[in-house]
Amino acid sequence: MPLMYPLVFAAFLFSAGVYGVLARRNAVMVLMSIELMLNAVNVNLVAFNAYLRDELVSGQVFALFVIAVAAAEVGIGLAIVLLIFRNRETVNIDEVDLLRW
Amino acid sequence: MTSSEQAELIVFIILAPLAVVTALGMVLTRNAVYSALLLVVNFFCLAGFYVLLEAQFVAAVQVIVYAGAIMVLFLFVLMLLGIGNEVVVKEQMRGQRPAAVLLALGLLVAIVGALAAGVFDAEPASLAAANEGGNVEAIGRILFTRYTFAFETAGILLVVAAVGALVLGKRQP
Repeated sequence: MPLMYPLVFAAFLFSAGVYGVLARRNAVMVLMSIELMLNAVNVNLVAFNAYLRDELVSGQVFALFVIAVAAAEVGIGLAIVLLIFRNRETVNIDEVDLLRW
Repeated sequence: MTSSEQAELIVFIILAPLAVVTALGMVLTRNAVYSALLLVVNFFCLAGFYVLLEAQFVAAVQVIVYAGAIMVLFLFVLMLLGIGNEVVVKEQMRGQRPAAVLLALGLLVAIVGALAAGVFDAEPASLAAANEGGNVEAIGRILFTRYTFAFETAGILLVVAAVGALVLGKRQP
């Protein structure tokens, strides 16, 4: 299996995540799309780790750190979404325009 | 092509389209709960893919942390908010969807083009040397020697995130 396959595969996943972030209006869906993009990055890290025959498995360790940061991000993100829903009765990001001039 | 490489390729051919289809279904379906469940399937495909790339520990973490903890958190919030279908009241930004399709496809073309222009025809490799004493041991060794500081920082980050989520989620008096 050439290195090209996982990289193109990750590119597809990342593009799907980009579409989700840009097109969806539900804040929870946007967060899920971000998870998809982070996973695409993890695929790249693990694939390069395998193909560079890294004696120190740095790519896999980096993927673990990405997962840890993603977990923290989801915790805070969903707390913010809940807070917005409590205050404004909506999770539609088009209607959350407090910072709009 | 040896038989193990062939098996690898077959597993990839099964997993990769399934993962891409579930990812697309996840961003396209209107029902948020269905998207969350499709994303779980996607994460399981990625876990299988990590096993294929000889990253067994990352695969286990993917299933436990992502498919387990994070997706349960998502589903929990979805149930708490009680939002099934995305109701489009009115389009606030004109042409948002076509623009999103255009940008996502453009990014895909750019990445694949860049990959095709690069020299990524590396031979299939084996991590046998790195994984000699076991994949978990290899990761543990580097995590607690070279990346100790980053590891501890990640712990602090998780504590701060947990406390922050608690403070944000607390009902204000």
